[in-house]
Amino acid sequence: MDLRRQHLIDPAVCIRCNSCQEACPVDAITHDANNYVVEFDTCTGCRACVSPCPTGAIDHWLLVDQPWSIADQFTWEDLPEPHPGHGGEIAPPAEVTQMLNVATTATGGRVPAPSSAAQPFTNVYSREAPVMARVAGNFRITAADAESDIRHVVLDFQHNAFPFLEGQNIGIIPPGQDAKGRPHNIRLYSIASPREGERPNHNNLALTVKRVTDGIGSNYVCDLQKGDPVLVAGPFGDSFLMPDDPNTNIIMICTGTGAAPFRAFTERRRRNHPDAPGKLMLFFGARRPAELPYFGPLSKLPKALIDVNLAFSREPDQPKTYVQDRLRQRADDVAQLLKSTLTHIYVCGLKGMEQGCEEAFADICRLSGLDWASLRATLRVEGRYHVETY
Amino acid sequence: MSSINYADKIPNNVNLSEDRKLQRALESWQPHYIDWWKEMGPEGTKTSEIYLRTAVSAEPDGWAQFGHVKMEDYRWGIFLAPPEKDRKVNFGAHKGVDAWQEVPGEYRSMLRRLITVQGDTEPASVEQQRLLGQCCPSLYDLRNLFQVNVEEGRHLWAMVYLLHAYFGRDGREEAEEMLHRRSGDPDKPRILGAFNEKTADWLAFFMFTFITDRDGKYQLCALSESGFDPLSRTCRFMLTEEAHHMFVGESGVGRIIERACQVMKEHRTDDVRRFGVIDLPTIQRYLNFHYSVTSDLYGAEVSTNAATSYNMGLKGRYDETKIGDDHQLEHTTYDVLHPTEGGFKPIAVPALNALNERLRLDWAEDVAKGVERWNKIIAKHGIDFRLTLPHLAFNRAIGHFSDIAVDPAGRVISTEEFDRRRDEWLPSETDLAYVLSLMGGAVHKPGQYANWIAPPARGINNQGVDFDYVRFA
Repeated sequence: MDLRRQHLIDPAVCIRCNSCQEACPVDAITHDANNYVVEFDTCTGCRACVSPCPTGAIDHWLLVDQPWSIADQFTWEDLPEPHPGHGGEIAPPAEVTQMLNVATTATGGRVPAPSSAAQPFTNVYSREAPVMARVAGNFRITAADAESDIRHVVLDFQHNAFPFLEGQNIGIIPPGQDAKGRPHNIRLYSIASPREGERPNHNNLALTVKRVTDGIGSNYVCDLQKGDPVLVAGPFGDSFLMPDDPNTNIIMICTGTGAAPFRAFTERRRRNHPDAPGKLMLFFGARRPAELPYFGPLSKLPKALIDVNLAFSREPDQPKTYVQDRLRQRADDVAQLLKSTLTHIYVCGLKGMEQGCEEAFADICRLSGLDWASLRATLRVEGRYHVETY
Repeated sequence: MSSINYADKIPNNVNLSEDRKLQRALESWQPHYIDWWKEMGPEGTKTSEIYLRTAVSAEPDGWAQFGHVKMEDYRWGIFLAPPEKDRKVNFGAHKGVDAWQEVPGEYRSMLRRLITVQGDTEPASVEQQRLLGQCCPSLYDLRNLFQVNVEEGRHLWAMVYLLHAYFGRDGREEAEEMLHRRSGDPDKPRILGAFNEKTADWLAFFMFTFITDRDGKYQLCALSESGFDPLSRTCRFMLTEEAHHMFVGESGVGRIIERACQVMKEHRTDDVRRFGVIDLPTIQRYLNFHYSVTSDLYGAEVSTNAATSYNMGLKGRYDETKIGDDHQLEHTTYDVLHPTEGGFKPIAVPALNALNERLRLDWAEDVAKGVERWNKIIAKHGIDFRLTLPHLAFNRAIGHFSDIAVDPAGRVISTEEFDRRRDEWLPSETDLAYVLSLMGGAVHKPGQYANWIAPPARGINNQGVDFDYVRFA
């Protein structure tokens, strides 16, 4: 499938003030008596027209397989529906399927997506036909003196559509060949941005990547410079998705770069439903604050939005604390949430962490008259318990 | 050149610090302006933080920076659009000479008058709207009101800059007068009639921004064609801001219509006043009023004043440089509708004398398109009602229709009939009292909207409709 990203003006919101046409440096915008329209082949996506637009009608970017002509656009009263096909005709690469399977085996394999999750696009780009993104930024997000070098890498997809949801992964194909002269395997990274992009409507997304000694993929990504091209496949994943219903509660448990999808979930709520009735509860473990990615921004989030519980295992003069310890400390509140059918649980991080979490849940349930074994089965069937550990 | 210097007391992109005399003059006007703003600017905003759009440069990527700003920290400045290389005087007797960077001596008083009349409308509308915050239907709308107000304030600055920079002592006196006249004050009214009318409710505010600010837009367009280059550049930048005002008006009325239609469908009735929303016939009457009063702003249909300022190269037509003619109009005619015995007839007059009418018709066509977009909202609900613009001769106080009585359909009637049926066509005391009765307390909870207006389709700058656009201390 060849999906493109087309810049369009919402005729139902546009007031035909001509600001965009005036601002366009390449004359891609024109109008008739009915509508202001954008010529697909001329528009460079430079966004010079966006801030002059008083209405926001200008800021629409639709996924299309066949770009709309200006003749089509002249007749519109509303924007058309986004591309009806949701990808999926291409099977994901075997290596990706295998990686995703391994990530969920410890808890019994894949579970369905939450009932209110949006329908994801998957496999829009394959290894054979990847999309080229450009690096828009690469920032270290652990302290300069911290042992771990964790990076926030922003990729810009420019003119190509890259539709994704919070919780999905992308595949990065490192250039070159392995020792046996074969192309490198795809590396999977969780997306750390909400679906509208790292910057809304900028067609970009961020990854949270930790540098691993001798890791081909992670060193490649962590060393990327602004402007570098990157070959990307995906998006992948149709299960570990966030519920769209703002009434749902989300318990998020992670270590290290497992925080990426939860950053995406939290940003989604913060931007779109800051007053959502549903609760967000985060349990986040690291060795020490300096090693905790996004420690600064995380501590600035309003308490009303998210209930943050940090666990540090190597703080001097402090007992070692892990996420499961924090879970137990918050037993009453966690139990309260477990009793609600609106609650969803997500675990993401290092292989093995799910075991400690499950023990903590079992303890919490026992104390409050719940049965973890049966609750766990229900949660799984209903797509409310998701684990991805690597 | 075009980046804005915020280090100066007065932010500007005109190298103000290099002209000490002018800088001092403006700095001495500034406190008077601030006093005026405190007295006549939007009421109750001293401590609140408002999500405003501020210009950091006059380039497309720089003039719309969004963030919460304390009203008292807002800094009005002087911004001109970037200069156009080798710009010429594009019309009139001087067509083809280099655009003037200084005022041609013989045109001084005409130009000063044009700038003063334009400038006077800016503080006037702020004064007209100063109490609306007390009954805002949402934080979103309150924010839009304040944005409109600060930009009107900035437009005053733009005109005052020209007066100070190019008109010496006379200009400074005019600038002071701008702060002394008051909208609706019988002793020292604003110059133009429509700017002395009350803006008592939000429907009137939205109609005003949709219709009357659109007159502002067309006047600015005509002035942005000026051979006096500083005026042209000033107006071009003002136009980028003016578009926001049209949007506030068009979407505001559109949302009131949307809400009326929702209630009509839900309760299967035309009598929506029972449910606390504004009925479509009342909206039609407001439209008739604002349209006719604003038509008067263009002046007499046949005018030698307009001919003079065009011939001098000071004020052009709308989209002057895009029109394919000789741009001097000495030998062409233009059909202008005249009243005749019991009806109307187009009569060809010298095109130069018809410039007011031409600009009025450009404006009218633009208003009509907006009204059609409102009609689409009604049609979408499957409701059989159409808003229409009244005949140009309806309810006029200026120009050659002012002596006759005409109904909205354009039928010439007796003055007696007009007076008797006035309330069918223009907002009655009852209409005004009803709309005012809906303007209860201000809605200050993010995401909440008064019952009589639908939420907008989208928020400002990609924010949600439930964003806290105004924060109160």
